[in-house]
Amino acid sequence: MSPFLFYPLATMSVIFALSVVLAKSPVRSALGLVAVMAILAVQFAFLQAHLLAALQIIVYAGAIMVLFLFVITLLNLESDRGIGEKPKLSAIGFGAGAVVAGGLALAMLGVVEPAARAVALPEGFGTTAVLARQMFNRYFVAFELTSILLLVAVVGSVVLAKRTAAENSEGVTGA
Amino acid sequence: MSDALLFDWVIPGLKSFIVIFMVLNLAAVLLWIERKGSALIQNRVGANRASILGILPFNVGFLNTLVADPLKLFTKEEFVPDGADKFVHSIAPFLALFPAVVTMVAVPFGDTVEIMGRTVELQAVRLDVGVLYVSALVSMGVFGVALAGWASNNRWALLGSIRGSAQMISYELAMGVALVSMILFFGTLDLQAMVRQQAGLFLGVLPNWGIFYQPVAFIIIFTAGIAESKRVPFDLPECESELIAGYFTEYSGGKQASFMLADFAESVMVAGLVTTLFFGGWQVPYVTSGQGLQLPGMASPLVLPALAVTLMQVGTFMIKVLFFCWLQILIRWTVPRFRYDQLMNLGWKGMVPIALANLILTALGILLWGDMA
Repeated sequence: MSPFLFYPLATMSVIFALSVVLAKSPVRSALGLVAVMAILAVQFAFLQAHLLAALQIIVYAGAIMVLFLFVITLLNLESDRGIGEKPKLSAIGFGAGAVVAGGLALAMLGVVEPAARAVALPEGFGTTAVLARQMFNRYFVAFELTSILLLVAVVGSVVLAKRTAAENSEGVTGA
Repeated sequence: MSDALLFDWVIPGLKSFIVIFMVLNLAAVLLWIERKGSALIQNRVGANRASILGILPFNVGFLNTLVADPLKLFTKEEFVPDGADKFVHSIAPFLALFPAVVTMVAVPFGDTVEIMGRTVELQAVRLDVGVLYVSALVSMGVFGVALAGWASNNRWALLGSIRGSAQMISYELAMGVALVSMILFFGTLDLQAMVRQQAGLFLGVLPNWGIFYQPVAFIIIFTAGIAESKRVPFDLPECESELIAGYFTEYSGGKQASFMLADFAESVMVAGLVTTLFFGGWQVPYVTSGQGLQLPGMASPLVLPALAVTLMQVGTFMIKVLFFCWLQILIRWTVPRFRYDQLMNLGWKGMVPIALANLILTALGILLWGDMA
């Protein structure tokens, strides 16, 4: 990927990522996140990983972010009331952010060696056939376990939602 | 001009330009076809008040929508309601229009041509993941609708946008499952490869098109496509008798024109997708590229020049796309609007189970007889 493409795209994604955190309205934050996802997809596409780019858009931008947007518009969330309201949470947030930024800075300055080094791309990299072969041979067990994990999460959330609803209705009849 | 410049920049740029130019213009022409066509169906004259400064002695119907309508729309006041989110209100029309217009770049409009000894695919971008690219952009279309209604600060607009996004998400599911059965059937995600597999004959007489193998998937994808483009009978998000104009109630001028254009561009996109998957894309019946015309029963093919075959293929693709655009307009003016519960029942209790059953049958068929490739 040419640096003439990478740096503008990377700058844009950083700007949109900042807008996610800094925007006052939750809908604008969500939009910023959509933009970050879209730019990531564009970068994947430039790196010849077309399948990953398409999946990035379908799953994150097209499904998860639409759900976010739905929740935000339906719940009619108030605009952010400023960062100072929850000092403990913001302290934790700033701490975590500082650790990540520090780690990145150390890696970029070359103090710490990154675990992965650039390697030559294998034949047919990024195509559906190659990715599918990897996923259904080498990583098959991990892939299936992940899907079971997601299923457990779905069942668990339904159970939790049902229990809260039942408790609420009991409370109403009890009163 | 150097070869690298020509083949890396000029030709791909030209191909993308042609496709996007075609989609935008076809969308505008469809607006005219729709106004005149609906007038024909309803036995009235239709748009008939356009003439250049009153000089022409006759009315020029075509001018009505190609020149007069856009001029009228773009010279109108751009209105942003009080208390609306101005920024989101302004970008929503673009978010609706963009995916609809750029989807067609993955759809092949012809076989290959030889330019200066090199083979050039007549497809703006040849993607390994063509079908997924289309479905990714279809799923992006929800944002324009959802944000337009939310940003308008109007309850009817919000109701329209919620209806619209719920409908689009519901029908995307059936469409996605039907697309998976087509992917299984062709054994590839590449739209150009799918079209190439539809060459030849089916049962010795008919062209070897996907529709003869997968009629159920065709009905589901076409119906879901009409629902995705939010047109009658699926125009609940607009529903002028209940919601004024639905999610674009608070839009005027050029922004409203963008929503309209997005609707028609989506129609073109659905027509292109259906043509590619089920009607052989650019394949001309009984004509094989590199060989020529061979009707069933002819001993040897009638050899045609390569350029003639290419032109026939591009023309055939256009005719097929126009046919399905016209079919959508015909459906729009024939079928009455659904009730919202009927819409949801059709999507979730009708089309999703049928699409799933079709998927299982397709998988079984492939297990028994192998896929197209």
